Amino acid sequence: MNTHALEIEQVRKVFPRKDKTAGRTLFRRARKELVVALKEIDLTVERSEVFGVLGPNGSGKSTLIRLVSTLLLPDRGRIRVFGHDVEHDPYAVKRMINRVSVDAAFFKKFSPIENLMYAARLYGLPATDARTRMREIMTRLGLKEETFNNPMENMSRGMQQKVAVARGFLTSPILLLLDEPTTGLDPHSKRDVQAFVREIRSTHDATVLLTTHDMEEADRLCDRIAIIDEGEIVALETPSRLKELIPSQDGRPTTMEDVFIALTGRSFEDAEAEEVE
Amino acid sequence: MSGFVRELRGAYAFIERNINLMKRYWGWEVVWLIYSLTNALAITYIGNGMGAISGQEIDTQFVVKYLLVGALVWQYLSVIFYAISEMIAWERWEGTIEYTFMAPVSRTTHLVGTTLFAIGYGVVRTLVILGIVSAFFHLDLRGANIVGSVLMLLAGSVSFVGLGILAAVLPLLYPERGAQMTNAVAAILLLISGVYYPIDTLPNWLQPIAKSSPATYVIQGMRTCLLEGGSTRTLLPTILILIGIGVAIIAVGLMIFRYVEAYAKRAGRLKRSG
Repeated sequence: MNTHALEIEQVRKVFPRKDKTAGRTLFRRARKELVVALKEIDLTVERSEVFGVLGPNGSGKSTLIRLVSTLLLPDRGRIRVFGHDVEHDPYAVKRMINRVSVDAAFFKKFSPIENLMYAARLYGLPATDARTRMREIMTRLGLKEETFNNPMENMSRGMQQKVAVARGFLTSPILLLLDEPTTGLDPHSKRDVQAFVREIRSTHDATVLLTTHDMEEADRLCDRIAIIDEGEIVALETPSRLKELIPSQDGRPTTMEDVFIALTGRSFEDAEAEEVE
Repeated sequence: MSGFVRELRGAYAFIERNINLMKRYWGWEVVWLIYSLTNALAITYIGNGMGAISGQEIDTQFVVKYLLVGALVWQYLSVIFYAISEMIAWERWEGTIEYTFMAPVSRTTHLVGTTLFAIGYGVVRTLVILGIVSAFFHLDLRGANIVGSVLMLLAGSVSFVGLGILAAVLPLLYPERGAQMTNAVAAILLLISGVYYPIDTLPNWLQPIAKSSPATYVIQGMRTCLLEGGSTRTLLPTILILIGIGVAIIAVGLMIFRYVEAYAKRAGRLKRSG
């Protein structure tokens, strides 16, 4: 039987949010409105695939990643990781996945080694193996040995994000969830992380679910891309097929950004500005 | 790798992490130690000055020991309570909650690791305070039942682990104000549990509530052991009841915690910003 790396079937997620127009009084709680984060999402990711999810802020990308990470429960539908249901068999799922998110969340006063050792123990890795492996990964990502024992709070955003990437890879997940892993990184660090993602996929047979704002990154790394907008998938294809869908403009080749604008009716910048408002 | 070894490593993750937090925030440790120590001293000095306050002849040594037992036992139990109830609040504050909840570690393992650290930390801290306070007062503990008091304290720890789990639910439910709510829970326990006075001095309507607090029995038992030299045999029923109550509170606490964790995942409350 062919088991897909990830199966998402008819998944819907709604969040209650306080209605700011309905004032709260001493005796009455503020009314809540429902915000639909994901509307009936369906997708399948194959083993060893790098699958990209493109979309502006608030489009539902991070909600999707959190649902697969077992950090959120779907209101409707099913999510399976290598055949295991995230809601009914979360421990089996947790052993197979890891996640790198845009906010490099760490114990800020701990060193990278202390933070990574905490993660390694949580995943049941033997301390000696974990120590060797974390040093290898951090060195491979371009972190210097002398920073390994310094508090994270003294490190730059880019360096912290590299430690976050190292934490994600440390446990050798077979499904790696990368939620905007290169946001805020300088071009050189971005290249390091992207090269490492490619290497991990080829050497460890890992499947990657990647969300990003970076069109070029998606184009370069992903086998297939889903464009998601307002909780719905508006297109799902290989990068080249997506670009073929949109006729070239002004004689220049179609870019992923052209695809995004054509399919969502707005530019990435507009979509993000709307979200801020 | 067997599941047991994996869970053992998971439990050790929380012990090691808490030791590292203590090392990295050593300044806070010093501040809290000074705070707890001066608190214990101030309360004990009330006993020392009781004769002067009332103008009557009072057994000062007894009153000092009475208050000191209350101060030290409360110090120990509140350390257990806070260490467990803050297991979620710390993660929220550092922003690591999603990573810990995403790891393949059961909540029971999470709790076991946190509890082992809390007991070790509570014992060391209380002994340090006892050692320093002893230098200020001449404490005559001849005839005290030390073994019985240790058993009583350990039995009381079980209930406070359970109460800590129940309080840990608050930061899970209320990302912004949950941690402050746990302070209110601790303050109510302090008021009703006869830490510094017999519970008969409380208003009639509060006394049944005082009798439902496990801390009331721990503190009464400790006073019986240390001030009256009560035998372990006579205290055994209380110790067993305390353990029974503790196990029941832990079971209920874990059940509620799991329910609230599922609710938090449904409502999206694990996210750092809340």
